[in-house]
Amino acid sequence: MGLASQRAARATPEETPLLALEDVAVELPSLRGVLRAVDGVSLELKAGRTLGIVGESGSGKTMLSRAVAQLLPRGAKLSGRVAFDGQILSELTPEALRRLRGRALAFIFQDPMTSLNPVLSIGSQLIETLREHLRLDTLSAQRRATELLGEVGIPSPEQRLKQYPHEFSGGMRQRVAIAIALSCEPKLLIADEPTTALDVTVQAQILDLLAREQRRRHMAMILITHDLGVVAGRTDEVAVMYAGRVVERAPTRRLFKAMRMPYTEALIAAIPELEAPPHTPLKAITGLPPDPTRRSPGCAFAPRCPRVGERCLAAAPPLAGDGVHDFACWNPLRPPA
Amino acid sequence: MTDLVSDSAPRAGTRVDAQPLLRVDDLVVEYALRGKTVHAVSGVSFALRRGETLGLVGESGCGKSTLARALVKLTLPRSGRVLFDGIDLTALSGPDLRALRQRFQIIFQDPIASLNPRRRVADLIAEPLRIAGVTDAAERQRRVIDVLAAVGLDAELALPRFAHEFSGGQCQRLCIARALILEPELIVCDEPVSALDVSIRAQIINLLEAMKARYGLTLLFIAHDLAVVKAVSDRVAVMYLGKLVEIAPTNRLFRGAGHPYTALLLQAIPRPDPEAPVPEHVPVGEPPSPLAPPSGCRFRTRCQRAAPRCRAEEPALQEIAPNQFVACHFPLAGDAPRGEAVP
Repeated sequence: MGLASQRAARATPEETPLLALEDVAVELPSLRGVLRAVDGVSLELKAGRTLGIVGESGSGKTMLSRAVAQLLPRGAKLSGRVAFDGQILSELTPEALRRLRGRALAFIFQDPMTSLNPVLSIGSQLIETLREHLRLDTLSAQRRATELLGEVGIPSPEQRLKQYPHEFSGGMRQRVAIAIALSCEPKLLIADEPTTALDVTVQAQILDLLAREQRRRHMAMILITHDLGVVAGRTDEVAVMYAGRVVERAPTRRLFKAMRMPYTEALIAAIPELEAPPHTPLKAITGLPPDPTRRSPGCAFAPRCPRVGERCLAAAPPLAGDGVHDFACWNPLRPPA
Repeated sequence: MTDLVSDSAPRAGTRVDAQPLLRVDDLVVEYALRGKTVHAVSGVSFALRRGETLGLVGESGCGKSTLARALVKLTLPRSGRVLFDGIDLTALSGPDLRALRQRFQIIFQDPIASLNPRRRVADLIAEPLRIAGVTDAAERQRRVIDVLAAVGLDAELALPRFAHEFSGGQCQRLCIARALILEPELIVCDEPVSALDVSIRAQIINLLEAMKARYGLTLLFIAHDLAVVKAVSDRVAVMYLGKLVEIAPTNRLFRGAGHPYTALLLQAIPRPDPEAPVPEHVPVGEPPSPLAPPSGCRFRTRCQRAAPRCRAEEPALQEIAPNQFVACHFPLAGDAPRGEAVP
């Protein structure tokens, strides 16, 4: 671990992050007007580090990850700058982008069928990826494919290679999708709600697998989820999104212990506590998330915020802080002594 | 069949109710699927006391939704009985069934799909009243306004609007309003908050708790999220591949699971606490198909305590501690609590 990080530090100087987003915004056309799904997000991720992006539905977390890969729905307008591994992605040709995706930049999604072809065997999909991106010959690709399936915990990988996606259970399909994503030794893996569709017992196993492979390969990972429980023990840093913006970003332990943004506090407080006796009322957040087609000039959380003041309604607070722990709030919570 | 409810057999310290509100006896539900049989519910028995909330947990495919549907007669069982207030639902039909149906309701996971998007809220909520024969329009409107207020919606704003104009959380409020309007005694809630965002989930759980107190409801609360189930339930039943493997008072179950499967579920709960050590999970694989459940104990293929006896002999539910019933040859009773930090 120590050696690996030293090597990585030499390869990429401390100052150059693997991924840097600068004022990224995504606008989508909708029936009710332009929907600003991502609203000026700046983030950095260093090689080998893990970042959790937490938000509710409609917070823009998925659109942000799509913006990283330059894979946005038709009609979407992307602005800002995405720099990955020393390249500005918007300046790349479609061909260069295609080579990058699947090679240095890999994705897994909530529904593994998004990335699997139902009419091809698992083996041909894995082997195709290996031959295309790593230029392996068929025999070595076959050998590597078997190894990969074994590494992601699929029993009897040789037989399983011949099978089709529908012959796998949900959890096993997600393992196959992970094997394909990892096959080209990506520098960054973006996992978008990778366990949301899975049962709890399977979820835990998949998260363990991702954590293990991330450490082993010293790969950077972005874990996108609505569940704070998923990021708690498994990320170095967490960014909380609300209404298209990052409203707080901090090292994971610090975020949970010393959050400054009232929304983060409310989100953590809303989770039922396992230690509480039955029928303990939950600390609910009142109201609803804002309509993304109707932007208010102020803080998007203001209408639901217990600490709201006049300034909060007038102007949106910028994401600011010491650069390690940043938050977007005019009236932040006091840091614990 | 083991009698797993204390109600029928008076026991010291147990309240002897006239009869449970709902009693399920050896219920079996099976489906045909491409020439094979899906064993969705395979001999489930339990009772629901008046005024209690029973949580029902299990992974997808364990039969919990099929069980829910069979309880309210949306699915017909192959065998077994469902007794609502002593009346056998499985034998009932026609007007008698319709009359009894007013006393129990069901809420589903997807609130948006549960409401016709092209009908106005006023009609959606009043419909059960109309079916129940409340002919006075003024009375219907009064009751609709009352129940909308109870679930926290502004009736004046909501009544003329269409269901599609509401968010998921608001739709679940509408579904709850529609379930409450006939003032039922029992509501079966099938994953009522799973489709909702974290910030909305807590609102709906609090609402269900408030409605339970206000209307004196009995609830069967089905969910796969154990933390949510713990927050609302007096007792918890755990289902695995069509069978109940454990049923116990909530605190008891969370402090000392008796069934290895319950322990596995508790250990797998993701903790929103970075200080809590992430346990290296034992790779226990995935549930077998309900098309071909294993012989003997259905959990044995994933169980670390499995022995030859588990393959040969199906364990029956037995009381291993007061009111804690576990279907396991080698229950965890007396072991250190699992999946929960000991204070």
